[in-house]
Amino acid sequence: MSSGLQTYNTTTTLQPVAQVPRWQQAIRKNLPGYLFAAPWLIGFFVFTLGPFIASLFLSLQQWDMLTPMKYVGLRNFERMLQDNLFWHSLRVTLLYTVFAVPLQLAMALLLAVLVNGQGAVKLFFRAVFFLPSVTAGVAVAVLWRWLFNPEFGLINFLLDQINITGPPWLSSPYWALPAVIVMSLWGVGSTMLIYLASLQAIPDYLYEAAEIDGANVLDKFRFVTLPMMSSTIFFTLVIGIIGSFQIFTQIYILTNGGPENATLFYVLYLYQKAFRGFEMGLASAMAWVLFLIVLALTMIQLKLAGRWVYYEAEEA
Amino acid sequence: MAAITNITNLTVKPPRRIPYLEILRVVILILLGAMFVLPFLWMVSTSFKETGQAYRFPPEFIPQPFTVKNYLNLWGGPIPFDRFYMNTIIIVILSEIGTLTSCTLVAYSFARLKWWGRDVWFVVLLATMMLPFQVVMIPVYIIFRTLGWLDTLLPLIVPTFFGNPFYIFLLRQFFLSIPRDLEDAARVDGAGSFRILWQIFLPLSKPVLLTVAMFTFVGHWNDFLGPLLYLSSVDNMTISVGLAMFQGRGGSNWPALMSAATLATVPILIIFTLFQKYFVKGIVLTGMKG
Repeated sequence: MSSGLQTYNTTTTLQPVAQVPRWQQAIRKNLPGYLFAAPWLIGFFVFTLGPFIASLFLSLQQWDMLTPMKYVGLRNFERMLQDNLFWHSLRVTLLYTVFAVPLQLAMALLLAVLVNGQGAVKLFFRAVFFLPSVTAGVAVAVLWRWLFNPEFGLINFLLDQINITGPPWLSSPYWALPAVIVMSLWGVGSTMLIYLASLQAIPDYLYEAAEIDGANVLDKFRFVTLPMMSSTIFFTLVIGIIGSFQIFTQIYILTNGGPENATLFYVLYLYQKAFRGFEMGLASAMAWVLFLIVLALTMIQLKLAGRWVYYEAEEA
Repeated sequence: MAAITNITNLTVKPPRRIPYLEILRVVILILLGAMFVLPFLWMVSTSFKETGQAYRFPPEFIPQPFTVKNYLNLWGGPIPFDRFYMNTIIIVILSEIGTLTSCTLVAYSFARLKWWGRDVWFVVLLATMMLPFQVVMIPVYIIFRTLGWLDTLLPLIVPTFFGNPFYIFLLRQFFLSIPRDLEDAARVDGAGSFRILWQIFLPLSKPVLLTVAMFTFVGHWNDFLGPLLYLSSVDNMTISVGLAMFQGRGGSNWPALMSAATLATVPILIIFTLFQKYFVKGIVLTGMKG
């Protein structure tokens, strides 16, 4: 009697364990992972993928956020391509990119080479060069407006000391963009740090070998340092170009696009279309063009990076 | 190797030369250093001047007379800098909580838990790093408008509870380097994933958590586009939009503007001085711009 009951019991308790449906097993196995990742997964759908698709949808509508939406097909893109200011803003952004990014990289490389090595002095200068890139923002832009003041600003005062009459900078359509470029050189600290890490990863024996071959300082820089840093320089180049397509804060404060639209950067124009003109459809079309530009740059980066750039094995 | 050193030791030493290169290096360092520091000094110097004093030529670097009036005026005046400060501090503190909690959970999931589709999702995460905020800016704005959150601090705080791809990536890389043995031992003792994360991973990850905290602080302190989109009444503004509005209204009262700019940068200077090495680590690991 008792033994019979026991057998019955074992079979009933064992069976469900052995026959848990596969989907239940799958849930049990996957659930913790999904739960832990849930914040980002939800955020991805709500704040990234959803808005990303919505932005494409909006680019086909005419909408001022007050009256109902109206489907207009590709009209927004047509209007955008016919808009002189759209092309002008692209040209301004490109012009800035062509001059500012190489100058920034050169400046960052110069700073990195200067502060490379040991010693308190170099550590001190490292902090000095890095600091402005942390303080970036409205305060710094306001400060630079004051520095660029044609009559009482520090920059023209210093130029005056060496007998140069400073230009009117931000109030001149010719000098406003150069002024923005000059200011951007002040914020290269983080790029300098990336270069510094890259410089320190170059093994000493390469320099020693070059010295034995009779290389001087410039040769060593040209034939050892630069090739060894190629991947880093390329990376910062693409990041720099992408970054200059997103410039907004500095311009909003310094010039707000002026004078005579001389500094009407792409994102500033997008912002004006969306939140000043309330042309949400047109602005969404511009946002998608921005996306395609960044996507193309990223693709180039991924393709070229694998081909001609030398990567060292990653540390564990 | 030994042979090579011997050979170099044997070669005749060249006669001592003046180290032109070293001198050049120091001169350039000092010049560039001045270029990077002078704007800050100029800002502070101007902030202690009377309005008219700023328009003297040649300019005075140490103001005569020296006034703190500009700083006092920022408190409780028509442009309430005390409110801007409070709002910014609230945003920063809550964002720190949101960012650190959500990012560690997600990073742990990507580093250690096994789930279906994990590696595909990780590629998606990396891809979202390249997506500029401006592309999704309009729909995100519409979401917060529909929720009735415009002109509140919520749109600037709530999204931080949904993780940030850069920080998740940074934390995941660090978590991967933590030896599995520690965790296995804890599992044998019956610890769950949550306890392992809390009691083993987090205490070991203090440096990288500090890096994330620093970036979060600076990012939200300096953020301009977000507050510009969402905040409209003066009492809700952060330091950055407040300062922008101040410069729009105050036009060319440079000493007043510079005292506001000084106050906006000082907290960053302090944080930077205290935690410099964590900034450096973060930038080098992610290639992120400050």
